[in-house]
Amino acid sequence: MSADIAITTRVAEQRRRGAIGDVVFRALTFLFALLVLLILGGVIVALVEGAIPALRTFGVSFLYAEVWNPVTEKFGALAPIYGTLVTSAIAMLIGIPVAFGVAVFITEICPIQLKRPLATMIELLAAIPSIIYGIWGLFVFAPFVQQYIEPAIIDTLGQVPGIGALFAGPPLGIGVLTAGFILAIMVLPFISSIMRDVFETVPPMLKESAYGLGATRTEVVWQVVLPFTRIGVVGGVMLGLGRALGETMAVTFVIGNAHRISASILQPGTTISASLANEFTEAVGDLYLSSLIALGLVLFVITFIVLAIAKFMLLELQKRAGS
Amino acid sequence: MGVYRRRRLVNRMVMGLAVAATAFGLLWLVLVLWTLIENGVAAITRALFSQMTPPPGSAGGLLNAIFGSVVMTLIATLIGTPTGILAGTFLAEYSRGGRFGEVVRFINDILLSAPSIIVGLFVYEIMVVKMGHFSAWAGAVALAIIVIPVVVRTTEDMLNLVPNALREAASALGSPKWKVIVMVSYRAAIQGMVTGVMLAVARIAGETAPLLFTALNNQFWSTNMNGPMANLPVVIFQFAMSPYADWQVLAWGGALLITITVLLLNIGARALASWGTFKQ
Repeated sequence: MSADIAITTRVAEQRRRGAIGDVVFRALTFLFALLVLLILGGVIVALVEGAIPALRTFGVSFLYAEVWNPVTEKFGALAPIYGTLVTSAIAMLIGIPVAFGVAVFITEICPIQLKRPLATMIELLAAIPSIIYGIWGLFVFAPFVQQYIEPAIIDTLGQVPGIGALFAGPPLGIGVLTAGFILAIMVLPFISSIMRDVFETVPPMLKESAYGLGATRTEVVWQVVLPFTRIGVVGGVMLGLGRALGETMAVTFVIGNAHRISASILQPGTTISASLANEFTEAVGDLYLSSLIALGLVLFVITFIVLAIAKFMLLELQKRAGS
Repeated sequence: MGVYRRRRLVNRMVMGLAVAATAFGLLWLVLVLWTLIENGVAAITRALFSQMTPPPGSAGGLLNAIFGSVVMTLIATLIGTPTGILAGTFLAEYSRGGRFGEVVRFINDILLSAPSIIVGLFVYEIMVVKMGHFSAWAGAVALAIIVIPVVVRTTEDMLNLVPNALREAASALGSPKWKVIVMVSYRAAIQGMVTGVMLAVARIAGETAPLLFTALNNQFWSTNMNGPMANLPVVIFQFAMSPYADWQVLAWGGALLITITVLLLNIGARALASWGTFKQ
């Protein structure tokens, strides 16, 4: 009898300890999950706090003033914001069609044995650190652009009335166009891997029915796959855009870091992240530093919005695929 | 017949363009790697691994920068991995469908793609300004903040792949939930979780932007975590932008080192993942 009681108390003791363990473990994981939120909250608080002196001094005009003069301590974010948007736009113009082509090739045409290795190789493009693209861009790609691509562009597009101003000026190699092009290569793997993922969610039956009716591959992609996955494709593009907007080192190397807005995309410019990388550690004076942090805040807000939209769209697709 | 022929022609053209796009993408991978090898191999000498970063005009290596990078990457991984795994565990095991979990997941995905230079600014504000000087600790924390979302994401994904039947079997034997998680779920998902950590290490090994305002750089050998510390990415940045030829050579050598490390980590992680037990 007494042995039975001993066993039941031991089991009870174990249960109790298990229950305590459960509470402790759950609380622990909860705290670290909370930490993720705190990091984001901390980023926002720190950036706003750091930006206050600049925003108080310049007000809203900080966003649309073009002047950036450390000597007279007048700062406006227009040139870097413009550069960020234009380089990202160029990256998207080149990156989206190429990424789409890659995704179509890998999901629709590629022999099955080649699928994995090819997809991996494209994704390795994303693994190469940004500074490597920078050093390569500066020493290899920019001279090539200067010698061959830009003269050709100036002679052709540069002569067209109306848009000619976009492609005017001496071929420098470094500038907005080169930065945008390198960004395109960098965001390509992100966009194409999401496109690939969402293309694979299309039920084979839908595609097979279309093929059964005699549709060509192009027609299947265009009229079955794309309509089915549109929202996911847009989500992937937005994700790539978020990456392009915040990319720092590669751009810093090749954009030329000039705080001005040129009509021509062949001329040097700057982006928010390039200005930060170049000037932050050398900035003297609180207002200068605060203006740079305010730039960071602007970048954070822009990328946050873009990434949030991307996330919502991909979630929407998931929900639809799940139902 | 005209319609058919046109459709076929359009199809050929579009598919041809898709092939061309893939070739175009791969071309850059080959070009970048080729340039790195071409310029970097000459810089890989014994001096690279045994001497400090030199002043312009004299010979030297990257030893202090390699050491700094390894130390900061290691510390960042040591901070980021447990944090990420525990947060990921909460998402996968405790909050399925919960509102709080959904918010955390959403924010985590945003942090995953957020510009790394912003992380640098954040750590500058909370550590460098508060401590009054640049430091290797600040650099390591900045890198850890980049590790965390990657690990959270892969941990959650991998735990979600663990079949519920395993958990139910363990629970039916009377083991408390924390034991089920630690001794069943983790064990089943360990490969994927290791993959995630490797990918995170690969990601921070070449990160430059967050180190610019935190660890800064150091011309000399330093093991002081409270002071600025040399690190490969920032040294590459500084040396490549300089007009000195011997600095540029060292930059190429460092670039080749980083790229090889990162690519090996990536390929290793993928190989490990493809062995995964629960991957379809």
